[in-house]
Amino acid sequence: MIEITTPFTQQRADALHAGDQVLLTGTLYTARDAAHARLCEALNRGEALPFDLQDAIIYYVGPTPPKPGNVIGSAGPTTSYRMDAYTPPLLAQGLRGMVGKGLRGSAVVEAMQAAHAVYFGAIGGTGALIGRSIKTAEVIAYGDLGPEAVRRLTVEKLPLTVVIDTQGNNLYELGPQRYLAQQQEG
Amino acid sequence: MRELPVSELTAAVRRLCIEANYQLPPDVTARLQHCRDAEPWPPARDILDELLQNAAVAAEGEYPLCQDTGLACVFLKLGQDVHLTGGDLATAVDEGVRQACRDGGLRASAVRDPLQRQNTGDNTPALLTVELVPGDRCEVTVAPKGFGSENMSALKMLRPSDGKEGLLAFVLDTVRAAGPNPCPPIVVGVGVGGSFDKAALLAKKALLRPLGSAHPDPLWAEIETTLLQRINALGIGPQGFGGKTSALSVAVETMPTHITALPVAVNISCHVTRHAAAIL
Repeated sequence: MIEITTPFTQQRADALHAGDQVLLTGTLYTARDAAHARLCEALNRGEALPFDLQDAIIYYVGPTPPKPGNVIGSAGPTTSYRMDAYTPPLLAQGLRGMVGKGLRGSAVVEAMQAAHAVYFGAIGGTGALIGRSIKTAEVIAYGDLGPEAVRRLTVEKLPLTVVIDTQGNNLYELGPQRYLAQQQEG
Repeated sequence: MRELPVSELTAAVRRLCIEANYQLPPDVTARLQHCRDAEPWPPARDILDELLQNAAVAAEGEYPLCQDTGLACVFLKLGQDVHLTGGDLATAVDEGVRQACRDGGLRASAVRDPLQRQNTGDNTPALLTVELVPGDRCEVTVAPKGFGSENMSALKMLRPSDGKEGLLAFVLDTVRAAGPNPCPPIVVGVGVGGSFDKAALLAKKALLRPLGSAHPDPLWAEIETTLLQRINALGIGPQGFGGKTSALSVAVETMPTHITALPVAVNISCHVTRHAAAIL
């Protein structure tokens, strides 16, 4: 396990490789479909964004509301490809990491290499485990979007897997290949 | 004629919606455990352990199984000797979904218009399917459906000459293209026959079958087994990180169709294949 912290600098990003398991401590910003659309509209109008993207990590999640006494509800990753169209402009603003699940388009992978950014996978279907591990959650923008609002989260040792590294290596290709090769040898 | 106040329906839908979102059905848990024990790839085994642990945490009632608490697919088998009183059926079902969202800590995941995309704020409306059956009972099944997997589903009008191999190939292609997106290990519901719309409904109903149960017709039971074997030979594995356990189960439902047609629908679900039922 590799421990990483935010801000997620280029040096930290470049040190990671597809398949690495990491424990992330620090700040994450949540954004999914509707928030991404608004972030890109703001960029197109030349407006400032509601949070600084430089060396930031965005988590693709729309949590359930917290039960009394909790900071957040269930909070697992949503499918990332729906954010693909919005991702290159955010990478150009300094976005260094994304947390989600599922495939990314080739345009995103190319933009990630140019920007030295990393795509992490959280385990889809473990929203209860992840939600319980989040320390703080605060809506910082687009509150009218409800579950799709932008939240600032604090996490401690959140387990993630490096899916696509800054070189473009992809665990969704390498993982099944390694498994199938081992099966043939066995 | 038996009178059934729709308020009882509202209460049942509310309770089943909440139950389905916190309690992984026993057949799903048992199947996950079985696949975990049979998984030869250590990283894949670790992920399956996490899924089992997630179900245990959710069962405590503080955090739903998944943040996508789904659109509420509600299936009613309504006895034709039941007289519903005190309101209309669809409104009563929606009220149950609304109360579950409010009281159960569920996410508002519905938008009013597919293009204008305004959140309805209470997860209504339900996706309601009513079937009239003999008798004076009302069987309610609530199956909250997550859409990460729903979006990976597909339907194709095959030619009769495509036959069994064409059917197998279409299901395999759909699962391969979905890859890591629907949070494997998945459950695959396949609907074969009927028309364009009926095939899709059959596929959705196939997801309600207990995991590991076989189709009563040996031909279709063999197709289910073959599909599961071929899917689990793809190497996708849990989360798409590699491994044997790409699917937990495949269920096929069939019905008669037209002499020109072989409709095939593939409805994909994640391991959180939620369903809870009651008889009123």
